[in-house]
Amino acid sequence: MFRPILISLLLLFPLTALSDGRWSGNVETQFRYFQHPGLYAEQQQSYASIAVEPQYTQQWDNGKYSFGFTPFVRYDRHDEERSHADVRELTWLGVYADWELRVGIRKVFWGVTESQHLVDVINQTDFLENPDGEDKLGQPMINASFVSDLGIVDVYVLTGFRQRTFAAKDGRPRTPVVVDTSGSTYESSQEDRHVDYAVRWHHSVDVWDIGLSQFYGTNREPTLTPGLNPQGEPVLIPHYALMSQTGMDVQATMDNWLLKLEWISRDSTNRRHTALTGGFEYTFVGILESAVDVGVISEYLFDDRGDAAVFNNHLMVGSRIAFNDAQSTDLLAGVILDLDNKGRMFSLEGSRRLGDSWKLNLEARVFSGLDVRSLLYPWRDDDFLQLSLGWFF
Amino acid sequence: MNKRILALTLWFAALPLLNAQAQTAEEKGLQIAQEADVRDTGWKSQSSTMKMILRNAEGRESTRAIRSKTLEVSGDGDKALSIFDTPPDVKGTAFLSYTHVQKADEQWLYLPALKRVKRISSNNKSGPFMGSEFAYEDISSQEVGKYTYKWLRDEKIENRDCFVVERVPTYKHSGYTRLITWMDKQTYRPLKIDFYDRKNELMKTLTQHEFKQYLDKYWRPSRMEMKNHVTNKSTTLLWENFQFGINLSDKDFDRNALKRIR
Repeated sequence: MFRPILISLLLLFPLTALSDGRWSGNVETQFRYFQHPGLYAEQQQSYASIAVEPQYTQQWDNGKYSFGFTPFVRYDRHDEERSHADVRELTWLGVYADWELRVGIRKVFWGVTESQHLVDVINQTDFLENPDGEDKLGQPMINASFVSDLGIVDVYVLTGFRQRTFAAKDGRPRTPVVVDTSGSTYESSQEDRHVDYAVRWHHSVDVWDIGLSQFYGTNREPTLTPGLNPQGEPVLIPHYALMSQTGMDVQATMDNWLLKLEWISRDSTNRRHTALTGGFEYTFVGILESAVDVGVISEYLFDDRGDAAVFNNHLMVGSRIAFNDAQSTDLLAGVILDLDNKGRMFSLEGSRRLGDSWKLNLEARVFSGLDVRSLLYPWRDDDFLQLSLGWFF
Repeated sequence: MNKRILALTLWFAALPLLNAQAQTAEEKGLQIAQEADVRDTGWKSQSSTMKMILRNAEGRESTRAIRSKTLEVSGDGDKALSIFDTPPDVKGTAFLSYTHVQKADEQWLYLPALKRVKRISSNNKSGPFMGSEFAYEDISSQEVGKYTYKWLRDEKIENRDCFVVERVPTYKHSGYTRLITWMDKQTYRPLKIDFYDRKNELMKTLTQHEFKQYLDKYWRPSRMEMKNHVTNKSTTLLWENFQFGINLSDKDFDRNALKRIR
């Protein structure tokens, strides 16, 4: 990934020198502390890293055409895999009478729920960035978006596949045997050159926001099978099957209530499965005559594959606190409970702006009582606290 | 001249005056609001840039820069799109709102880091906008049907003759029991507004300054000062680059437009 970034930068340099585009972005230093020693010898208890994410944007013709470039680089002192780079965005966008064309590497988000994002399948997850799976790798695509009174229809042709990222031997959290992505196998004979297709219709009517989507292509979620790397060491080898997924996301926004539902039916590796996430967010606006908003969130997570899925019969309960102050202080705390046993995953995320250009982020995750059968069992000793300080320009 | 004719003429001349006397304070208040609305109708679309200066009780300042576009919707509230340029950590964040007179407003927020468009509840009307002393309801489109009115008196402030009109919000989730507006009699521009909180105590005062007229018709203040009497915090809004009659349509205010912004 370093090479395309370098090439893009070289190509971009004469462009930026001649034009009135803008640079912005951030530099972040991050510190992670794990409460327990690692289960595997190579792991550390504290990790330090630095990440840079600049962004270049330019518009022509009053925004009718625009261009965006967002490279990303992280250097981690301990985890060699986590020292990684990616082109998050390298996009050209054109706005026409009732449609838009977006060509290049992009990130697309679909869905409404908070605890997991079932319908959101365009981009590959960057697990090296965060085990919560919210970070994504840039996806090359051609996307046409058609707007009418009957909603927005997005058509995607996804050219090129990105493999999921996994921690190295010295990284945390990780699987007991590390994943070797160099030997990945594919169901399609075109392997990672298989062109994927997707279409999504979304519309907003009164209190309802509705989305229906269909995806056909390489499943972003690999199955991991034990094998040997070329050096003869035991590793897990990812296998990427093809899949066909139908998805639906609905939100009803009614006064203080947000009601949310995501549902998918996915056909992959000769098996069809159904999963859903559904729940609510209720907000108490301006509690005790203050500016502080307190939200209560609860979502039920279901997957008919049972223990073969991370969340299969789980309940998330959480709270979001927005202080609405000049520093935009906010806090999100929650727990995901395994309803079949004592497994619990606690999480805390908070952020606050310092001055005008700095931002402090706090994140903590605690895994407790994880069942041996849970896919997260290897993470049982990976409780961590993460502090990061970002400078924005 | 015949005295009787003179008396009759005077009587007829006085008729409209008497008529005005018969008008209730509520009717007069509504009439003033309607006149102000009529005078500010027909601009179709506008864009502007705004600098927001937040000041805490100790006088420490922080600033935000926002670009906004508004589309006039006849018979309903306006559509508005705001894009945040600073502080740099929220750069690219965008806020889309469809205001409505009768039903709840529709609002979406675009979070550029996640590329996520979120439909958000509009019940936060009383909440602070970007941590400032302006609430969402202070900066959203002011439709006649959103209040009941009562003319209180005429009064001179800053050497201008004003109507003093009391407004009571009729929409849900307002943070105010009433607002008192000093409306310039000649130009129908609000010079000052007192906001009374839910306990009916004076909470904030807004004053608007350096008005400029656009297209020979529409008055816009270049500076707004909001002072919170309870917390002693204040916020200044500096408006620039007003453009009217620009070519904006519904497609500049859909969910694709929200994501388009850079």
